[in-house]
Amino acid sequence: MKIKALSRSTASQQAPGSGVVRQSRNLDPSQHPFERAREYTRALNAIKMERMFAAPFLCQMGDGHVDGVYSMAKDPGSLERFASGSGDGMVKVWDLTTRGEVWETQAHENMVKGVCWTPDRKLLSCASDKTIKLWDPYNSSPDAPPMTSYLGTGAFNSLSHHRSDPAFAAASNMISIYDLSRPSSSPSQTMHWPTSVDTITSLAFNQTETSILGSTALDRSVILYDLRTSSPVQKMVLKLASNAIAWNPMEAFNFAVANEDHNAYIFDMRKTDRALNVLKDHVAAVMDIEFSPTGEELVTASYDKTIRLWDRARGHSRDIYHTGRMQRVFSAKFTPDSKYVLSGSDDGNVRLWRAKASDRSGIKSARQRSKLEYDQALIKRYSHMPEIRRIKRQRHLPKPVKKAGEIKREELGAIKRREENVRKHTSKANLKSRTNEREKMILAREQ
Amino acid sequence: MADSDSRKAVMSADDRQAKMRLAEAQKTYGRGKAPSMKNIRDKKLRTTLKAQEEKHKNAMLQAKDAEILLEHEAGFLEPEGELEKTYKVRQDEIKDSVGMETAKKGFELRLNDFGPYRTDYTRNGRNLLLAGRKGHVATMDWRDGKLGCELQLNETVRDARWLHNNQFFAVAQKKYVYIYDHNGVEIHCLNKHLEPLFLEFLPYHFLLASVGISGYLKYTDTSTGQTVAELPTRLGRPTSLAQNPHNAILHTGHQNGTVTLWSPNSQTALVKAQVHRGPVRSLAIDRQGRYMVSTGQDQRMNIWDIRMFREVHSYSCYQPGASVAISDRGLTAVGWGTQVSVWRGLFDAAVADQGKVNSPYMAWGGDGQRIENMRWCPYEDVLGVAHDQGFASLLVPGAGEPNFDSLEANPYENTKQRQEAEVHSLLTKLQPDMISLDPNIIGKLDTISDKKVQETRNLDHRPEDHMEKLKNRGRGRNSALRKYLRKKGRGNVIDDKRLKAEALREEHRSRHKEKLRKEREELGPALGRFAAKKDS
Repeated sequence: MKIKALSRSTASQQAPGSGVVRQSRNLDPSQHPFERAREYTRALNAIKMERMFAAPFLCQMGDGHVDGVYSMAKDPGSLERFASGSGDGMVKVWDLTTRGEVWETQAHENMVKGVCWTPDRKLLSCASDKTIKLWDPYNSSPDAPPMTSYLGTGAFNSLSHHRSDPAFAAASNMISIYDLSRPSSSPSQTMHWPTSVDTITSLAFNQTETSILGSTALDRSVILYDLRTSSPVQKMVLKLASNAIAWNPMEAFNFAVANEDHNAYIFDMRKTDRALNVLKDHVAAVMDIEFSPTGEELVTASYDKTIRLWDRARGHSRDIYHTGRMQRVFSAKFTPDSKYVLSGSDDGNVRLWRAKASDRSGIKSARQRSKLEYDQALIKRYSHMPEIRRIKRQRHLPKPVKKAGEIKREELGAIKRREENVRKHTSKANLKSRTNEREKMILAREQ
Repeated sequence: MADSDSRKAVMSADDRQAKMRLAEAQKTYGRGKAPSMKNIRDKKLRTTLKAQEEKHKNAMLQAKDAEILLEHEAGFLEPEGELEKTYKVRQDEIKDSVGMETAKKGFELRLNDFGPYRTDYTRNGRNLLLAGRKGHVATMDWRDGKLGCELQLNETVRDARWLHNNQFFAVAQKKYVYIYDHNGVEIHCLNKHLEPLFLEFLPYHFLLASVGISGYLKYTDTSTGQTVAELPTRLGRPTSLAQNPHNAILHTGHQNGTVTLWSPNSQTALVKAQVHRGPVRSLAIDRQGRYMVSTGQDQRMNIWDIRMFREVHSYSCYQPGASVAISDRGLTAVGWGTQVSVWRGLFDAAVADQGKVNSPYMAWGGDGQRIENMRWCPYEDVLGVAHDQGFASLLVPGAGEPNFDSLEANPYENTKQRQEAEVHSLLTKLQPDMISLDPNIIGKLDTISDKKVQETRNLDHRPEDHMEKLKNRGRGRNSALRKYLRKKGRGNVIDDKRLKAEALREEHRSRHKEKLRKEREELGPALGRFAAKKDS
């Protein structure tokens, strides 16, 4: 008879006198009952932990401004510098690592509506006092006069620098392109849509297709221009005016506009008959919009005193940031490393937020990192479960925002109901097909 | 030409080998069939699913490859000639032929005064709990022979169970269930559990279940102390209790030979099965939740497939089996009278549909001690037999799972590991409402309610008209309308649908009458009686 019985020596598991224990694994599923249920429980814990550690607000920059912050710009050559312009004409430059002010000047007599960095680290600012000024914050003292100043015919609203050429565009009631290499104070070319006369509120150069320029105007139009032909290319008229335009840095043909109708829209410039996506969540006009450097996410600033973060492909926001003291938000930017978000609001403060509310920037051990990755994978896997979805989505909102959201939902529901009732009592011959939500806001297009 | 042919042949052989490897991995590590991609129109979805399937496949193959790291092999008992029978091998022969360390695992404890005893091992098999009917309770680290605590309760003890680790155990005493810690200090009295007969502990849900003389099955959450459910079995005094380790369903055996299946989420039994023709003496369920073995007073041992709820085989015993236990590797021990027989391959036979196993794998006893209770020691080749004169630890080669997973249950854990494992298991504690017959139901898509939601979202959806369905479906005696009106079971519920159906029926009838009258008129008084009376 051949006989063998199991025998394991204790020493094989833990050497005598040693504190190190071996971990033996057996992946046989019958040794791991309830794997799905346990994994789900782990996912539930992970999402709860994520919400528990969510602390998006980091700090405010220095002492802020005296008046509201209406424009901000990141230095494209540096990770830590950015500039902000305020309602009393001050322009300040901030340092992200020290979270303090490094340079300031009384740049204008009036509201600074746009600031912009040049590739050689000079700062441009424009204001409603009809001037554009060029500063050198890296090398000059705060009380030094501007390097150059340009005088326009109307109040300036926005600035954008060309990616490679020494030229920038300024928006007033038309678009003026100034050449920085020439001493002349008059624009080298001007562009506007032949029939439009209204004020242009914002403009942005495409950073990849460098001669394409987009603008939004008070007459509800979104116009794209081409510098090579120095003429406008196409125009869209939306239902309400747009406040800001931003290009996607990775997919250069896509741009987003922040609209007065509480929504933000993402368009493809090659096919503007419908929006790529409609971002719906704000309960007041959207004042500013920007893509993250990865092109995957967006940040919007709104008149409802909140900023929201969006996934490019989803219709509702991923997160909402607000504090009790933050007033109407007029500008929001991602930092160049896409880990943080900056917001400038009516109360004069420039605030720094985390782009991922529960993220921590300290150095993590490999175990910690793999745990976080595992948690993210679990949350993704079970994100369709109602409990997990609920916890993931739930946010505390300020009371006015919540109330406004409820009222808005009611109103929209009523409109929809009315439309449906009309449809029900319309004869089939006159029944028009429903318009797509992504096409509704486009009133007209011109080439 | 020949060269390319040979290359082709080599390729196909490789392919075949890869396929075989995959099939092999699928057998142990597969998690169900892959969805068919052909009918998925959405390109994005199809790509995601494909990527996911690829990932699963890789995980499966890697798990299969990781088998090389398993360091222990299962024990065995093999006859070398036709005349040698494994069931004739005695314990002392086994002890002689295995190592000294292993031989020490077989021992006997003579405890004549307080028997009969019941026994339980902790989840990692390291500690043993003995509970004598007359109030003697003892715990011990049985490999080292170290006594943990010893209690004289001076009260009837009907059952005892370890909780999630070796720190706590529950004892079913005369009136209530009590929980003691490892020093034998009473820390809880569960006075909701009245006159308990049997105890079960569900380690992943932290639920202690007891079934009492009155037939109530009660669940208590041992991590919070909350009573989770009290379920009336309504079948008198239960005769046995066992848990299905695969899905945490409790099986209760009754006087009338039925076995009922319970989850804390339903006040009624999930399943009732007539398993025996007399009281069900004992129940056991295998690790993968596929087979249930039961012994009854009718001197039979039945093997049931619990996935199909069908009896697979029935064996007869010389005496009613008092206790059954199934080991991790599928050995089934049956204690009947003073004897213990261990069967091997009861489930393999069921799988291959070969017929019955003819002789047991091992046998023990016949020395006058009545078997009360048996447990397999997890991760060891050891069977603990509790009888009326004490306890015997038997060596049964090939019973235990050779390779443990130390993140699941670690027989060699130290204090630190035990504490960490406790915290982890509490963090992943499963909620009682997750218990269901299919443990993988969590995370499955609810396609039925999704369909309903989609219907309400579709603005042009018209509600279905039931009457329209009834109207022109079939004729004569079995038309849809008549069938509906005839249908039993709704009592005297009068709703809108029924009223409409009756009106419709009345209309049909009057129409038919009118038609008949017309026909009669047409045929005249002499021939009128030949008009077709049949309702069409």
